[in-house]
Amino acid sequence: MVRFWGTRGSLATPGLDTVRYGGNTSCVEVRTDAGDLAVLDAGTGIRALGREISTDAKRVDVLLSHLHMDHVQGLGFFECLYREGCQVHLWGPASTTMSLRARLTRYLSPPLFPVRLRDLPALTLHDVPLGRFEIPGFTVHCALVRHPAPTVGFRLEADDAALAYLSDHEPALGVRDFPGPPEWTSGFDLARDADLLIHDTQYTDDEYETRMGWGHSTVAQTVAFVTAVGARTYVPFHYDPTHGDAELDQMHAAAADALRGICRVIPAREGQTLSVTSGGVA
Amino acid sequence: MAQHEIEVILTRELASYLATAVFVVDPEGELIYYNEPAERLLGTRFDETGPMAMSDWTSMFSATDENDQPLKAEQLPLVAALQYGRPQHERFRIRGLDGGRRLIEVTAIPLLGQAGRFVGAAALFWEAGEP
Repeated sequence: MVRFWGTRGSLATPGLDTVRYGGNTSCVEVRTDAGDLAVLDAGTGIRALGREISTDAKRVDVLLSHLHMDHVQGLGFFECLYREGCQVHLWGPASTTMSLRARLTRYLSPPLFPVRLRDLPALTLHDVPLGRFEIPGFTVHCALVRHPAPTVGFRLEADDAALAYLSDHEPALGVRDFPGPPEWTSGFDLARDADLLIHDTQYTDDEYETRMGWGHSTVAQTVAFVTAVGARTYVPFHYDPTHGDAELDQMHAAAADALRGICRVIPAREGQTLSVTSGGVA
Repeated sequence: MAQHEIEVILTRELASYLATAVFVVDPEGELIYYNEPAERLLGTRFDETGPMAMSDWTSMFSATDENDQPLKAEQLPLVAALQYGRPQHERFRIRGLDGGRRLIEVTAIPLLGQAGRFVGAAALFWEAGEP
């Protein structure tokens, strides 16, 4: 089961104009049939998720794609961090010179935040390993992907289904005829044949002209990527703060038109729940 | 073929925009890319040769020192960068597959990615002049 708690990129964008698709920044809940819980990113959406997690929960694994503010801003407001008896395991990329803890401390410490990381005893930090590793209920594949600063994508496998999460991804940057061969395409192995692919779809073609290299994709680029990797269901995600619901409707319609007969398109909406199975979304 | 590491993909993309000749090999020494300026020096196109095993590319360009003595594979900067994990610079001659004899200078560096992963090596070539 997949539930979207934050679908927005860059900046939380509450307001009448974003009610349908949501204004909170990146956060996705993923649960196995047995109830194991993984959380993808800790944007502002994680605050509401924390309140929904049972007080009986003993462990939560939070997988951070990277440490840009829209992916960590909700972390300090995640209720599970302050509950007795609940262990929170936080996985995220180190840099070439600093551990995840050192990097995260830059935000989770005064003057930016009143609580220090070291004051959260139930929190265990892991420099996320590149490659395959296990967390309760899930096999996780992790790889660096193209986005400014160390950024990873995830592939979660459980219950015979595979979900790929590439929230911030610009695989077309610098590629003259995108997509190129699979071996030269960022994120390809993570997304290959995924039952559900949650992928960055931040820009229109016009916007991309002035935002090239910022680490995000257009609708057309994502359509090309989705087609190349053979994903069964594509979930547009990480919406630009300037895009209201009406504009997103147009972008999603363009993606659905381009992928008709190739792949199902289900735009991410805050609060939406999807049941992922082998072969797509039930 | 499995997807290359992101650091290698980015190296290739950078190389594809440079006027400097660049060679990229994977950790096993397989030649996985060279750019257009390198194609001119080597006298062949990557699309024609495709990826090449180290045993092939170390011998096919007939590398010699400035006194025309053949170089062993381990004397080539890229092989040294792969074997010893450190930069290496050399000046030597090659014969391109177009038959052209060229004096070149080569600097090779190992590519170390996030978490110190050894993901391959790259070499930058300069044509030093006609031999």
